[in-house]
Amino acid sequence: MFEEVGTTTEGDLIINVGPQHPATHGVLHLVITLNGETIKKVEPHLGFIHRSIEKMCESLSYRQFIYVTSRMDYLSAHINNHACAMCVEKGLQLEIPPRAQVVRVLMDELTRIASHELWWGAMAMDLGAFTPFFHAFRERETINDIMEETCGARLTMNYMVPGGVMQDIHPDFQRKVKEFIQLFKRKIHEYDEMVTGNVIFQNRMKKVGYLSAEDAVSYGCSGPTARGSGVRCDIRKYYPYEVYNNVEFEEILETGGDSFARYMVRIREMEQSVCIIEQLIDNIPEGDFQAKTKAVLKLPKGEFYSRVETARGELGVYIVSEGGTTPYRIKFRSPGFSNLSVLDHIARGSKLGDLVAMMGTLDLVIPDIDR
Amino acid sequence: MFITKYIKEVYLGIKSLLVGMKRTGYYFTHHKEIITQQYPDNRDTLNLPERFKGEVVMPHDEKNEHRCTGCQACELACPNGTIKVITQSVLLADGRKKKAIDKLVYHLELCTMCNLCVVACPSDAIVMAQTFEHSVFDRTKLTKILNNPGSKIMDGIE
Amino acid sequence: MWSFSDIANELHIWLNKTFNPTLTLVIEMVIAGIAVISLFAVLGLVLVLMERKVSAWMQIRLGPNRVGPKGMLQSLADTLKLLVKEGLTPNGADKLLFNLAPFIAMIVAMLLMAPIAFAKDFQLWDLNIGVLYVSAVSSIMVISILMAGWASNNKYSLMGAMRSGAQIVSYELSAGLSILTIVVLTGSLRVSDIIQSQADGWWIFKGHIPALIAFVIFIIAVTAETNRAPFDLAEAESELTAGFHTEYSGMKFALFFLAEYVNVFIVCAIGATLFLGGWMPFHIGNWTGFNKVMDYIPSSIWFFGKTFFLIFIIMWFRWTFPRLRIDQLLNLEWKYLLPISMINLLLVTAMAILKWHF
Repeated sequence: MFEEVGTTTEGDLIINVGPQHPATHGVLHLVITLNGETIKKVEPHLGFIHRSIEKMCESLSYRQFIYVTSRMDYLSAHINNHACAMCVEKGLQLEIPPRAQVVRVLMDELTRIASHELWWGAMAMDLGAFTPFFHAFRERETINDIMEETCGARLTMNYMVPGGVMQDIHPDFQRKVKEFIQLFKRKIHEYDEMVTGNVIFQNRMKKVGYLSAEDAVSYGCSGPTARGSGVRCDIRKYYPYEVYNNVEFEEILETGGDSFARYMVRIREMEQSVCIIEQLIDNIPEGDFQAKTKAVLKLPKGEFYSRVETARGELGVYIVSEGGTTPYRIKFRSPGFSNLSVLDHIARGSKLGDLVAMMGTLDLVIPDIDR
Repeated sequence: MFITKYIKEVYLGIKSLLVGMKRTGYYFTHHKEIITQQYPDNRDTLNLPERFKGEVVMPHDEKNEHRCTGCQACELACPNGTIKVITQSVLLADGRKKKAIDKLVYHLELCTMCNLCVVACPSDAIVMAQTFEHSVFDRTKLTKILNNPGSKIMDGIE
Repeated sequence: MWSFSDIANELHIWLNKTFNPTLTLVIEMVIAGIAVISLFAVLGLVLVLMERKVSAWMQIRLGPNRVGPKGMLQSLADTLKLLVKEGLTPNGADKLLFNLAPFIAMIVAMLLMAPIAFAKDFQLWDLNIGVLYVSAVSSIMVISILMAGWASNNKYSLMGAMRSGAQIVSYELSAGLSILTIVVLTGSLRVSDIIQSQADGWWIFKGHIPALIAFVIFIIAVTAETNRAPFDLAEAESELTAGFHTEYSGMKFALFFLAEYVNVFIVCAIGATLFLGGWMPFHIGNWTGFNKVMDYIPSSIWFFGKTFFLIFIIMWFRWTFPRLRIDQLLNLEWKYLLPISMINLLLVTAMAILKWHF
């Protein structure tokens, strides 16, 4: 049953959080019905940053459309590009050289760490602690420097191409990544000291925004948001792509279902990503970094779907091909949209201050929601 | 017991707060950890990696010659119509006519630095430059012509 | 040796010689007023710069370092910027209250300056209920915040003001109770008496554990009372954009900003007076040599040193902790601080009666 928009009972206060608001981290517009400090309803309004990426992709060739997807979930740009490249490769039935596979996974995991670092800092900032933001950026900058050296850009790298990666890794790549891992292991306990262990933080997070496993499934949540509720949904584990079935890592599960559980999933995922990187960094096989492809890619007539685990959840790329050089129809299943849809469900009845904690742990990236 | 639980709660809470304060206090007193780069001042020492994608340029050698054949592969590879190759036919010494570029127009304001044109170029005529201070007061300045005036194609590039 | 009280006395004698007593009084009042206002301005500039530097170093940044030597004129430049900005009044705002609110905040802060002893025998008004006066007048602060929140015609402002009302009213209690512990030990509400009673040792040292507990509670309570993080729910940037001063701009905003910092200074000065001996130098038992050296440091430096130490601690809180939620904030007060400070007060009373303190 949908309640009619705009009707309120006496004493309710409707406030607009966003599209310009410090806590929404972008142009998300939430219409919140409040009773005092208690939230009665949250209505997310989308569309402020809709760029019709899916439609744009229909007029771009299979090589060109990948760069646009960096602009969806810009914090895991690599992983978005990876999903698109994989989908095209599926259509072309290309075999990727082992070196490219390992490099792709390494880049994905570095991106995941960078994304979680930013999430951690931004979420702490939402809760009123400003200092962690800068500390998170110190480690994130190191990753960005590594990316800049190998891919030539810091945020929207466009490094994955159908058939492999665009360039070979930089000669310094392995050394720099190892240095980063050393740095990260030295600094990760500071995160616990400053934020995780803090009694104020724990009280802000625990028993806030409870999402049960059933609701997580029925709302289509994925990624750390669903794993915080105990739903096993790690694509890397259950539908392994590239070399994920050859590396040992743990699927992080928390059963709490509250904001703190989602927080812990992300914190521990960073450690798992480091674990994956450690296994692969010394074992990058020699060989080509890109498979031989034709100058103009043409996908056979048919439908192709690929899925990857981004830092936020499951990203699906669905391409309908008519046999031409451009996709006939393309559809991205973005994790942010489904994760946002639970906000109303988990926010009802909690305080306004909790909303930022919930939004923080859902890890919303607005361009990913709107595309 | 209620009282012991209460006291333990207070004790653990204060302890966790002090741990956090110790960490920030450490950074307050250790200025060596500061990571700020004072950007416009450090221009001289700023080191950008050689793969950094700043803008597309066309390198010329000392004889004012470039490697562009005018094949338009970059124009086709570009997702946003950033590059326009305007060709002309030139008369060679032996009387034959040959296609060569007149202008290679590059719209920096449209470019997303995706590197696809550089990858597509068969004769390595264009590369990415490591510049990044692109802001100008007049947007027409962002439309650039990459080949130098009076430049020619190098010998032996087909 | 050079001291504030000597200067004040010389001035008083000279004025008495030159003018008749009434005119002297008027001139002295004007001088005091000018002194308070200029102290305000200087404090605002210094504290803003201090906060920015403290936050920067904790956040592994450099902080302001462009304007003036080592960025020392940064806050002056900010003030100039705020002065020339347009002071907007939103449509539908209650114009009178909207424009009045920042001035009330300032007036309250100025009133609070009266009983503070800045140096030895250097005090604007040594009234016999000094401490009571401070806790009474500081409650008026909430009126300016409520006024600003109500008059802005903005829902965020209103919510910030309501939060602030609940917060300040409840934290007054524990701040008051922890002040009372010292009053019980001293037996006087007069500020100069309280300082004099600490001549042989500051209360935080000679009041045993209850004084220490009272000190901790006092610091927490005044942090909340001045609306500073982690209790900055009234402005709660990520929830209410800027809370009660969302709609303020230009100099009116600057006045709120200044009032916040001056309030922090005042509560820290009160804390220094009550627990750390005000302008009293630090003495250790019978180490006469050490005590002599300590005496040599001017009393004003002792006072400002202690006050700025407390201000630093409050800034340290701000740049380390996340913000509390409104119900947790009230929980902390009513379930933890208030019971503890009540028991603490009982303990102190017993101590004072049995003469356990030294």
